[in-house]
Amino acid sequence: MKNSVFLIFSSLIFFYSSCAQDPENQVDDVTNTPFQAELLIDEMQIPWGMTFLPDGSMLVTEKSGEIIHFKNGTKTQIEGVPKVYARGQGGLLDIEAHPNYSENGWIYISYASEQGDEKGGNTALMRAKLQGNSLVDSEVLYKATPNTTKGQHFGSRIVFDNDGYLFLSIGERGDRDTNPQDITRDGGKIYRFNADGSIPKDNPFVNESGAKTAIYSYGHRNPQGLAKHPETGEIWDNEHGPRGGDEINIVKPGANYGWPVITYGINYSGTPITDETEKEGMEQPIHYWLPSIAPSGMAFVSTDTYKGYKGSILVGSLKFQYLERLVLDGNKVAKREKLMPEIGRVRDVKEGPDGLIYVAVEGKGIYKLVPNN
Amino acid sequence: MVIRVFPLVILFFCIGTVSIFGQEADLEESMLRGEMVYMDFCVTCHLEDGKGVANTFPPLAQSDYLKNNREASIRGIKYGQQGEMVVNGVTYNNVMAPMGLDDSEIADVMNYILNSWGNWSDHFVTTDEVARVEK
Repeated sequence: MKNSVFLIFSSLIFFYSSCAQDPENQVDDVTNTPFQAELLIDEMQIPWGMTFLPDGSMLVTEKSGEIIHFKNGTKTQIEGVPKVYARGQGGLLDIEAHPNYSENGWIYISYASEQGDEKGGNTALMRAKLQGNSLVDSEVLYKATPNTTKGQHFGSRIVFDNDGYLFLSIGERGDRDTNPQDITRDGGKIYRFNADGSIPKDNPFVNESGAKTAIYSYGHRNPQGLAKHPETGEIWDNEHGPRGGDEINIVKPGANYGWPVITYGINYSGTPITDETEKEGMEQPIHYWLPSIAPSGMAFVSTDTYKGYKGSILVGSLKFQYLERLVLDGNKVAKREKLMPEIGRVRDVKEGPDGLIYVAVEGKGIYKLVPNN
Repeated sequence: MVIRVFPLVILFFCIGTVSIFGQEADLEESMLRGEMVYMDFCVTCHLEDGKGVANTFPPLAQSDYLKNNREASIRGIKYGQQGEMVVNGVTYNNVMAPMGLDDSEIADVMNYILNSWGNWSDHFVTTDEVARVEK
């Protein structure tokens, strides 16, 4: 009897584990990379986001509340930066120039803000223009509510799609049982705006009573990577799971990504959150990481600058302190590689307009990946 | 004489016991609040068991650094920490951002980490002690 119970149990385990992805959860060490990493901007503490301007200069955020303008090898601190709620994971977060920056001059910034009556903070989105060394014409476009003194999950990545819509992620602010599944509340969502902050008329929940109409998709935990697929134009995200269960998803209008109803992760204590990993009406990830790498930043390689890299995804690992390359076979992850091992906590990765990859590392600064000849 | 002193002895004894129990109760309450702070701000890197992540995030459980560097530990939580540090013989080189905690929250979380996972400290961290630690 005992044996048969054991057999049933172990065959169940085998059955479930064979359903789940498995080879993808191996990350390979790489001896030869088609690049050398060169430290371009040094002495930064937590470079959270970066963007490129048409004159070849860069704007980089420091989480503590500064913006650095890096031009011709010199760092300048920008004035007129919004006051941030620097607590826990909150602070000055992402920065993104409008795709038509040379015509309209708009720069978009996400940050943790105390705006509002309640104690604490929540994620805000603003835009401004750079005049000399100052931000001017600042406008707050969105402020998530309510404020909370919780330290987690501000999300905050910004990306534009090919139609000029702005996508912003906001994490569930440490309140997983209240926020992510409720479209009348902020948090645990990816939002879509027009470039002036207004809400597109065809956003999925514009006709739902009580809904936050800026919401584009929900059931997210803490997305800290957003990137536009260079060929399909779709927006992809990566997000932190709890212990295990970090995910890559393709962001679709009105879709529910399941947190915390379904997840491949468990609590930090090792206790289960749910035993469900899939459910009708909830999306399955393209990929999930076990164990968690703590993904932050996301970029597609769209050119042949680095031999063999075109079409792959780059993601920073905060936990294991390397840059991960995911090789795709269609929408499936076929292979994972560990680049820049032990470099430090990789916070952001971007492909610049020059086709080069830039990597933001905590305690170090911004690396440029210089291709081998 | 004996009769006069005896009640005094009893009185001192009682005061002593009350203050010891009082302090223990304070510590317990502070640790409970500290655990909430820990689960919010610290657990993602240092983990529930306080063991951290090998070579990346130093352990707090059975940590010689924490035991021997009380003021520097408070300073690290209060103002952030960057650069090399040696914990239990392993060199770590990482960044911990200041968490934006107020002094009472720092005292609570210090009491929690100083008295969890087999750690033990014979004196209580107060808000005043945290307030006195400068950058």
